[in-house]
Amino acid sequence: MALLSVEGVTRRFGGIVAVDDVSLDVGEGEIVGLIGPNGAGKTTVFNLITRLYRPESGEIAFAGESLLRTPPHGVVRRGIARTFQNVELFGSMTVLEHVLMGRHARRGRRARKILGYVGVAAHAHRLARELPYGLQKRVELARALASGPRLLLLDEPAGGLNHEEVEELGGLIRRLRDDFELTVLLVEHHMGLVMGAAERVHVLDFGRRIASGTPAEVQNDPAVIEAYLGTTNG
Amino acid sequence: MLLAFDWTQLAQQTVIGLSAGGLWALLALALVLIYRSTGVVNFAQGEMAMFSTFIAWSLIHHGLSYWQAFFLTLAISFAGGVALERVVIRPVERAPVLTVVIVTLGLFFLVDGAARWFWSSETRTLPNAFSTRPITVAGVAFSIQDLGNIAVSLGVVALLFALFQFTKLGLALRATASNPDESRLVGIRVSWMLALGWGLAAAMGAVSGMLTAPALASFDQNLMQPVLLYAFAGAVLGGISSPFGAVVGALLLGVFVNLIGTYVDWIGTDLRLPVALAVILGVLLVRPAGLFGRASARRV
Repeated sequence: MALLSVEGVTRRFGGIVAVDDVSLDVGEGEIVGLIGPNGAGKTTVFNLITRLYRPESGEIAFAGESLLRTPPHGVVRRGIARTFQNVELFGSMTVLEHVLMGRHARRGRRARKILGYVGVAAHAHRLARELPYGLQKRVELARALASGPRLLLLDEPAGGLNHEEVEELGGLIRRLRDDFELTVLLVEHHMGLVMGAAERVHVLDFGRRIASGTPAEVQNDPAVIEAYLGTTNG
Repeated sequence: MLLAFDWTQLAQQTVIGLSAGGLWALLALALVLIYRSTGVVNFAQGEMAMFSTFIAWSLIHHGLSYWQAFFLTLAISFAGGVALERVVIRPVERAPVLTVVIVTLGLFFLVDGAARWFWSSETRTLPNAFSTRPITVAGVAFSIQDLGNIAVSLGVVALLFALFQFTKLGLALRATASNPDESRLVGIRVSWMLALGWGLAAAMGAVSGMLTAPALASFDQNLMQPVLLYAFAGAVLGGISSPFGAVVGALLLGVFVNLIGTYVDWIGTDLRLPVALAVILGVLLVRPAGLFGRASARRV
């Protein structure tokens, strides 16, 4: 049975249907990619799963139980943690304080261990905002890990990183899954990363799911090619 | 000329200024606390503090000692602040800033009116919190009351600092002020944190009121209106987004206003409030972010 299942979920903003009758699932222990062109609704799906938005219709279940009755501050207690597309950190807090914050509702591993794991232990007492962007993303990841999640949602972890950092990231995500016994759902633009790290991929376009399958399958799917490259002429 | 200068007077007036400034600092800190979490200045902060002071007066009137009444009033004010947030502010939590400002203005009249209704408008007095005897330090006589006010103000500031810096609750309060959405995702009940902030602010205002009243020959429902203006001026001077700045700003303002009132004849005691207002205007013109505040920039 799927750890996370999204069933026929729709969300509109004014006249725009950001997510249109989308169904997708993520199995326990899987690394699943969620891809699609800009504005396809990927981040909206994350915001629906973490209860920042309420779906107009449809059902979202986690570990067999509906998430829709869980308040936003209760999501982390259910075992779901996330990072953001544009790093969201707390203004005047040190790196260590961010990780302690992650442990507010649920205790995962020790804060110091996690800092070491993601490679920011040396900066524990610096203000997170003052670090280079790549390290800020690591801090955000550490905060998410500190809550001991079962499901980790990563929103464009490769965004703003340089080539080497992206290379490292694929390995890190796989190691995270194994070391922390995680399930990972990954929104990403960087195709190389998704194709290398993910075992299964869901593709969104204009709010609808247009394909699902292994990276190799979706790469050859005509609907996906059309969504990314525009109309194909035979 | 220099030799004739009265250093004793300067030292005494500085301490008197710090004493007043310390009480303004508590109210300024209350303003900053709410400003940081909701983005508005709570215009009712002074009236809430006045209401607390009247509660303390009633408790003392019913036979409690000053300090018994002091701590009981703190608890009542804290609960009252939480309740006000739940009932009055919660419904407009996501409303535009201007709406919330109007609500706090409404709260000003509501609390003021309630105090006039419960307690008649006759003037009353609060016993002194500290002995009125002077003590002599290095040949200069200071009033114990002034030194006590300074000690209590700084003590409350230190406690608040410890709460924010060293406790899990404080961390959650800071997280809420800094990034509410993100705070929800780490499992913080943001809405309760805001209520807690109102409770803390109300309690700090209560301390300010209960120490301001005994220094006056008598007081009525207008007790905290000038204090709110001084507190606001102090917070603006220090930077309304900075708790540290608000405390330093209010202390500086206390000393400045008192010394200028002492040494500039035509200002005396009557024109001190306009001096504070001139400080607000000057700071906003020259350095809008205040001494310690961060200039706010917005991506457009």
